[in-house]
Amino acid sequence: MIFLKLIVTNLRRHRIRSFISIAGIAFSVAAMLTVVTVLQGAIGMFSGILSSDSEIIVFERNVSDLFFSNVPEAALEEISQWPTVAHADPVLFGIVSSADHPIITCFGVTADDARIRKAAWTAGDKLTFAQHSDDVVLGERAAEFLDAKLGDHVPIGHGVFHVIGILKTANGFEDGGVFMPLSSAQIFFHKEGNSSVITIKLRNKDDTALFKNTVKARFPTLIGLEDAEFTRSYSQFRILKATAWAVGGCGLLLGGFGVANTMIMSVFTRIREIAILRVCGFSNTQIAAMILGESAVITLLGAMLGLLIGGCLLYALKLVPALHGYIDATFQPVVSLIVILMALITGLAGALYPAAYAMRVRAVEALRFE
Amino acid sequence: MNLSRLQTRNEHRVVLRAEGVWKSYDDGAIAVLKGVDFEAFEGQTIALCGPSGCGKSTLLHLFGGLDAPDCGQVSVNGVEVNRHCNLLRLLRHEVGFVFQLHNLIPDLTLEENCLIPTMAAGMDRRTAQARLHQLAESTGLTHRLGQRIQKLSGGERQRTALCRALMNRPKILLADEPTGSLDEQTSGSVFALLLEIVATEGVTLVMATHDRSLAARCDRQLEMHDGRIDEI
Repeated sequence: MIFLKLIVTNLRRHRIRSFISIAGIAFSVAAMLTVVTVLQGAIGMFSGILSSDSEIIVFERNVSDLFFSNVPEAALEEISQWPTVAHADPVLFGIVSSADHPIITCFGVTADDARIRKAAWTAGDKLTFAQHSDDVVLGERAAEFLDAKLGDHVPIGHGVFHVIGILKTANGFEDGGVFMPLSSAQIFFHKEGNSSVITIKLRNKDDTALFKNTVKARFPTLIGLEDAEFTRSYSQFRILKATAWAVGGCGLLLGGFGVANTMIMSVFTRIREIAILRVCGFSNTQIAAMILGESAVITLLGAMLGLLIGGCLLYALKLVPALHGYIDATFQPVVSLIVILMALITGLAGALYPAAYAMRVRAVEALRFE
Repeated sequence: MNLSRLQTRNEHRVVLRAEGVWKSYDDGAIAVLKGVDFEAFEGQTIALCGPSGCGKSTLLHLFGGLDAPDCGQVSVNGVEVNRHCNLLRLLRHEVGFVFQLHNLIPDLTLEENCLIPTMAAGMDRRTAQARLHQLAESTGLTHRLGQRIQKLSGGERQRTALCRALMNRPKILLADEPTGSLDEQTSGSVFALLLEIVATEGVTLVMATHDRSLAARCDRQLEMHDGRIDEI
């Protein structure tokens, strides 16, 4: 109890300095939490597109981005005949621009695709999909920013397309995207005879390994991965995740420097007090624990405040109409725990030098200066 | 000096000993102690007198293991004090310090300040509380236990420092001008209390002081001069 009071006392003594350190950690934690959560959410959404009514994705091996992947129709035809496969849906991804929107995601899909079959259509009839080459179905958000209604003709890229339906989906990429017949997309994106991926639903999940091995044996240029496996290994996701953690980590490092500075000042201004504790029998370990404890309190308070700020920020982002559906701002306990742990490690690391300095304080010298 | 009392004490064992102790500062430029020999017996009260800078505080620091002699040896209860001995045990159980400035932690209460040594020594809470109340009663501080240090008078602060020094029942109390910052009246009363408590507790007191009248109330008076000790 007294030990805790010794820790807290010094924080209370220099309230403004303590508050600045806590704020430094708080904003670092908030920034890290926001960046990582938003990115994880985006990755989750993109994964969601791929895993819609499927558990395996087949794409071109060693491709840096799925937009560059080419899976030939011949492969689709063969795979869909395999007895282990319940259904195989080709999807072609493309990016186009319109006058006010530089990036619109296009999905080239067949009429049987789960995205078309199972989506909630707010306008139009799903049975009419893919009857004409210039037909498109818009996500609700895309219809909004393209200012398009059922039956309108909208310019997308270098073409003009007829809106035959509008569908609503919780996935931001799909809700802000354009669905067109696969054959039209192949022509539009100059990928005749190819799709970007094939999403696979197996009859029996136990056949996953068999399916992956068969793909490897039959199509050496392709690879089949389970959805979770894909999310973990896809290089773009890994780069994005690494970037998010690195950016967040840099923020946290700055917060850590703030804690280090505070702790150094704390030790320098209480050398006499440390000397008294030494005379009272405090060991090096007890002195170090006091300094590290002080740092831990700052960091934990900062982390808690940071979680609160980050949570509010994510909630606010969720409310921004332009970002609707693109940000999954759901509180992620694992991310929060990692962020808190990283903050704690950073804070403790920042207190190492001050603690080492405090351990070297010689009572006799400190007490000589009255 | 009470000679009969001293003779009785001389029959007791030596608790503190310095043999040929040298100590200098600034790489030997300032020699403070020049071969000091000293012995203190169990339960004795000893006053170290002498001008400022003569080495009184330095000697106390050496006795408490806060500093090491350049040459010679200091032993407490028969164990030599050096870097190889257990200095923590020495500070936690063998010696207690009282300084001219009380050196209490101002943001803590009287009670919390006194409990610091017990926490360092790992004393259980109940025993520590019992000891605290015993000492607080002896020093007349029971009603002030919950007060923060800023709210205490100079005399109360020094009495608190005395309580803190004795919490772990040390065998030796090293007091560096313990009443030096107090007025004459308060100084007298605090010193009387100090003598009473060390007598009750059976503690050996080694006190550095400029005050000859206080020194005269101790069992022995030693004069420090030119880095050496002379018995008065």
